[in-house]
Amino acid sequence: MSTLTEAPPPLAPQAPEPKRPKRRGRLTPYWLLLPGIVWLLVFFALPMIYQASTSVQTGSLEAGYKVTWHFATYWDALSAYWPQFVRSVLYAGTATILCLLLGYPLAYLIAFRAGRWKNLIMILVIAPFFTSFLIRTLAWKTILADGGPVVGALNTLHVLDVTNWLGMTAGDRVLATPLAVVCGLTYNFLPFMILPLYTSLERIDGRLHEAAGDLYARPWTTFRKVTFPLSMPGVVSGTLLTFIPAAGDYVNADLLGSTDTRMVGNVIQTQFLRVLDYPTAAALSFILMAAILLMVTFYIRRSGTEDLV
Amino acid sequence: MEQYEPDRLSAAQVAAMRRSFTNGRAALTRRSLLRASAGGALAAGGIGTLSACGIPAAGQSKGGVPAEDHSAKEKTVNFSNWTEYMDVDDSGKHHPTLDQFAKRTGIKVKYTEDINDNNEFFGKIKPQLAAGQDTGRDLIVLTDWLAARLIRLGWAQKLDPSNLPHAYANLSAQFRSPDWDPGRAYSYVWQGISTVIAYNKKALDGVEVKSISDLLDNPKLKGRVGFLSEMRDSIGMTLLDMGKDPADFTADDYDAAIARLQKAVDKGQIRRFTGNDYTSDLTSGDFAACVAWAGDVVQLKADSPDIDFLIPDSGYVTSTDNLLIPNKARHKTNAERLIDFYYEPKAAAELAAYINYVCPVDGVKAELEKIDKDAANNPLIIPDKAMAAKSHAFRSLSSKEETEFEAKFAKLTGA
Repeated sequence: MSTLTEAPPPLAPQAPEPKRPKRRGRLTPYWLLLPGIVWLLVFFALPMIYQASTSVQTGSLEAGYKVTWHFATYWDALSAYWPQFVRSVLYAGTATILCLLLGYPLAYLIAFRAGRWKNLIMILVIAPFFTSFLIRTLAWKTILADGGPVVGALNTLHVLDVTNWLGMTAGDRVLATPLAVVCGLTYNFLPFMILPLYTSLERIDGRLHEAAGDLYARPWTTFRKVTFPLSMPGVVSGTLLTFIPAAGDYVNADLLGSTDTRMVGNVIQTQFLRVLDYPTAAALSFILMAAILLMVTFYIRRSGTEDLV
Repeated sequence: MEQYEPDRLSAAQVAAMRRSFTNGRAALTRRSLLRASAGGALAAGGIGTLSACGIPAAGQSKGGVPAEDHSAKEKTVNFSNWTEYMDVDDSGKHHPTLDQFAKRTGIKVKYTEDINDNNEFFGKIKPQLAAGQDTGRDLIVLTDWLAARLIRLGWAQKLDPSNLPHAYANLSAQFRSPDWDPGRAYSYVWQGISTVIAYNKKALDGVEVKSISDLLDNPKLKGRVGFLSEMRDSIGMTLLDMGKDPADFTADDYDAAIARLQKAVDKGQIRRFTGNDYTSDLTSGDFAACVAWAGDVVQLKADSPDIDFLIPDSGYVTSTDNLLIPNKARHKTNAERLIDFYYEPKAAAELAAYINYVCPVDGVKAELEKIDKDAANNPLIIPDKAMAAKSHAFRSLSSKEETEFEAKFAKLTGA
C-alpha cells in the first residue's frame, strides 16, 4: 500500500523513465480490465445507444429512419401493449414464486441432507441444460398434450376446475393456456433459482444449527431465525436470476401459449422482425428494461441484502 | 398411449421438430433473435451518439448493383439455402446434385445452410445490402414476398437470360410471371410451396372438414384448430374461403378476413398460430385440423396413417422460394449456371425426389418416375391439371401495405 501512496496519480500524462517498472505495475489492473471494458462498450453500451436512438426515430424501411425525437412512440407502445406488459410481470412473478417454493426445499436437501449424493443431485439439477432450451420446451408439449396422461389425471382430480376458476386454464386442456406458459417458465428457470440458493445455504456453518438447538430453538424456529435469514442472498439473487429472464422470455409463450398469453418479448420480436417497426420494438425494450430495473431496485432495497453475489 | 413418449417419436416427427427448431419458415430461436438484435445493433451501433445515428434509406438504384464478375477466374459459387432443402446422400455429407454440377462445370459450390427464417435472414443481410456491400453470397433462396422486397429495394441483380437457357425453357407456366417479377428478370423458383388443410383422422373422430369455414365455425373443433403465423398463408386461405382472390384483393377484403379470423380467435376456436411446430401439434392430436404446408404433410403422412390433407374447393395458396443473386455478388455467371443446372429435368427430379416440395420444372415427371414412382404421381410434388387450376398466389404488397397488413395480423395473433 505504501508504494501506492508514494507514486504519482495513475493517469498522469508525463511518464518519467526511471519509474517505468513501478508505473507498469500500477497500470496492470487497468490493462486487466481493458478486455472487459471493451466488451461492455462494444456489446452493451453501443447497442444501448443505438437502441435508444432507434426508439426516437421515425421513418420507413424505404425512406430510412431519422432521429426526430419522437417520444410519443413510448406512449403509443405502452398504451397499445400494456396488457402484454402486465402479463409478463404476472407470469414471470408467478413462475419465480413457484421456482422458490420448489427450489428452496431441494437446495436445502442438497446442502444439508444429501451427503454423498450431493454431486449426483447437482448434476441432475444442471442436466437439463445439456439439451437445447427449445427441445426442453417442446418436450412440454408432449407431456401436456390434450389426450395425454397428465391432463387426464388433472381432469380426473378436478385440478383443472380450480385452475379454470382462477383463469389459468380454459376448458379441459392445459396447453395453449396461461398455466402452460407459467409451467414452462418455472421449469426452464428452476436451475437459476436452485444454484444460488444452494451456494448460500451451503456456506451456512452447521454449528449454528447446533447452537440454535442448544438454545432450545425448535427446528422450525431455527429455520425461521437462523437458516432463512442467512440464505437471503441466495433467495434474492435466485429470484432476480429467475424473474429477469422470465419477464423477457418469449419462447415459452410462443410454443406453449396462445394468442391471449403473448408476453412483451413476443411483441418485441414481432415488431422487430415481422412488422419492421424498429422504433416501437426499441421503445418496448426500453420500457421493459426500465420497468425491470425499477422493480429490482425496489426489491433489493426492501430485502436489504448488501452482499448480493 | 405410446405417442406421448418423446423417445417413440417417428422419424418424420423428429425431422419436423428438428426443422421447426432450426429452420422453420416462421420458426424462431432464442439465438436468432439475440443474434439479429445484437448483430444489427452492433453493425450500425458503431456510428456513435444518439442523435447522430439513423437508419439510412434502404432503397438503391433499380436493376441491382453488379460487382466485377470474378466467375471466370474463381471457379466457385457461394450458395446460401434453407436447411434440409437439398438432396443428401446416405452418408449425409455429400449433395449428389451439387457434386454433379461441380463435375460437369468445374465450378465448386460452397453450400451453406444458413437461412432459418425469412425475417431473420433479412435482418442479417440488410446492413450489408443497405450499405452497398458484398454479402459474401452469390445465390440466396428467399420466399416470394421477401424476394419481392429485395427486388423492390434494388438489392437483387438482373439475371442474364443467355446463361439460363434451361430455366427459360422449362419453368412451369404457373410460375412464369409473378406480379412482383414479371417475366422472371431477377429470380427463378427453387421450389413451390402449397398451403393446404392438414388433419389428424383420429383427433377429428368423424367430424367432417372440407373447408376453412369448417375450421373457423364448427363448434366440435373448438380449441383444436391451428393457423399459420405466416400472414400470407393464413389470410390467403381465408380470403379464398370468403370467395375473394388473394391475387387481387382490396384493403377492405383484407380487413374482412382479419375480422373473420378475429371472431374465431375470440371464441377460442383457434388454438394457436404456429410456425413449423404445428407438425408436433398435429401428430399429437392437439390440432384436429390446421392450415399446413404440403411439403411437411407429405413427410408426416408417410410416417403416420392418421395424418392426411385436403385441398378446399375454394382453392389453395401457392407460394414460392426463389433463387436470387444479391447485389455485389462476385460470381454472378457461376450462380446463373447453377440456377440453370437445376432446371434440367434430371437434376430437378433428383432434388424433387428428395425434398417433396412442388417442382417448378416442366418435363420432370418422366425423370422422376425412374427414381420414385409415388413421388411422380403425387400432385403435391408435380401438380396435375386439377391441382394447378385451384392454385392461387398472394399478390405482392407495397411497402406501406406490407407494414400495415403485418401490423394488423400481429394484433390478431396476440402481439
